[in-house]
Amino acid sequence: MTELLAQLAVLILAAFLGFELISRVPNLLHTPLMSATNAIHGIILVGGMITLAADGPLAIKAVGFLAVAFGALNVVGGFWVTNRMLGMFRPPIKRVKKRREG
Amino acid sequence: MQVATFLAYLLSAALFIFGIRRLKTPETARSGNTLAALGMLIAVVATLFVIEFRGLLEIGLAMIVGSVIGAVSAQRVQMTSMPQMVAAYNGVGGGAAALIALSEFYHLSEVGELGVVGGVTVPLTVLIGSVSFAGSVVAFSKLQEIAFEGAVSFPLQQVVNALLFVGILVLAANAFVDGALLPFLSPVASVVAVMAASLLLGILLVIPIGGADMPIVISLLNAGTGLAAAASGFVLDNYILIIAGTIVGASGTILTRLMSGALGRPLGKIIFAGIAAAAGGSREEGEERPVHDASAEEVGEYLKEEAEKVIIVPGYGLAVAQAQGPMHELMEALEAAGKEVKFGIHPVAGRMPGHMNVLLTEVGIPYAKLYDLEDINPEFGDADAVIIVGANDVVNPVANDPDQSTPISGMPILEVEQAKKVIFVKRSLSPGFAGVDNPLFYDEEKTMMLFSDAKQGLQEMVSAVKST
Repeated sequence: MTELLAQLAVLILAAFLGFELISRVPNLLHTPLMSATNAIHGIILVGGMITLAADGPLAIKAVGFLAVAFGALNVVGGFWVTNRMLGMFRPPIKRVKKRREG
Repeated sequence: MQVATFLAYLLSAALFIFGIRRLKTPETARSGNTLAALGMLIAVVATLFVIEFRGLLEIGLAMIVGSVIGAVSAQRVQMTSMPQMVAAYNGVGGGAAALIALSEFYHLSEVGELGVVGGVTVPLTVLIGSVSFAGSVVAFSKLQEIAFEGAVSFPLQQVVNALLFVGILVLAANAFVDGALLPFLSPVASVVAVMAASLLLGILLVIPIGGADMPIVISLLNAGTGLAAAASGFVLDNYILIIAGTIVGASGTILTRLMSGALGRPLGKIIFAGIAAAAGGSREEGEERPVHDASAEEVGEYLKEEAEKVIIVPGYGLAVAQAQGPMHELMEALEAAGKEVKFGIHPVAGRMPGHMNVLLTEVGIPYAKLYDLEDINPEFGDADAVIIVGANDVVNPVANDPDQSTPISGMPILEVEQAKKVIFVKRSLSPGFAGVDNPLFYDEEKTMMLFSDAKQGLQEMVSAVKST
């Protein structure tokens, strides 16, 4: 019971934290932001690992396998594409330099 | 739980939070993403200790399969396709949550440890995760233009959805009381049925939503998957799932509210009504009104001779025509002629929040020239020219007219009518997505209409500005 209450407390605090964190991000970065938070909910991968590690019949193992594969896709694809996107937001000074070199 | 793994989870949660914080400015954003990815790595390694390295073969294989698909798709995707890519990653995350809850239901009921918490959180996770998965699949196919394009509606939609939801509650209850409610369905089969019904519900919820509202749907589904991950944290007694899932759930909710605010539509209306049915309000058919049909040369000459300050308003039509490159050239040509150039970006330009900013920075337009609605609106008054490419609804002054009731009424717009000259680069006079005619088109004094494909029109303008 205490465990559940502690989890609920964490849930509420994390919700407020989420509101606060996002409210201050400019429109300019909303797409990378959405993409990054999208990658962060790939944390579900951890749940997939836990459930796939437990013994069970083949069908349940297959369900767990799919969950881990989905989770890994979410994590790797999410962070990767966000990184690609943010690579284009280079500071103005660097860009000028680069053009001169080229 | 072991103290060490718990602390590792806390560290990864801190890295997620710190990473998101660094997404606040373009200079620090990339390192923020890297920090969050590092947090994820730490969480995964810590989990290996939680499961005491059991089932490593299956886990490793599944991870490789998922990671390879993720990496290849992320590397290949076009920036214009970003919304559907986010929808796809989001969908698999939701699907994973639903599958985990199903698998855990089996494990928990095997050892008789389901309890009230499991009885509530398992169906909840399956419900949210499956809706998120199916909804994302529909959103993906709408955006990729595979199927369900536009707003698909059928009679008694709400009733069917409500019945499905009641059915899900009954099935979930049946799973909880060990199949006593519906003797022909075993508890595990009930959870599978909950999943099937939720998938159907997810499809039915997103099908009626039209293309322009997709940004909101994606944002909402993103929040949904976060909540599903958080709910699965209760099923698995795992803090990092609760923390990270909830943060994403909360952030997705905020973003969704920002978006629906920018569209001037209450969220409930989008989800429950299917907007397109309301569209097509004030269009007057059959009436031919004169417009100032301008050539690229005429526009170029005006820009060169009489304009000092130019504001460019790009819309999704720009991306459809793949005209970001010529847009960049036009900016450079105007600046070479000594003009001041700024971009006014409406919050819903593109197909997801901030999408247009990504598309413009991709071709090398410095982000410092991209201005939000609130920042650019005071500047239209002293602009000599506004060039609107592939946008209409977001600059339509009708939205601000309290006497007219249209689908875009109340939507904050870019107040381009305050500038000295308004130049539309547009293929025809057809109204935009919302189907509302724009009175600015017919202001022959102020407005020049350059009827052209965005790419061709911009290229012609570039050469007109460059020629002496």
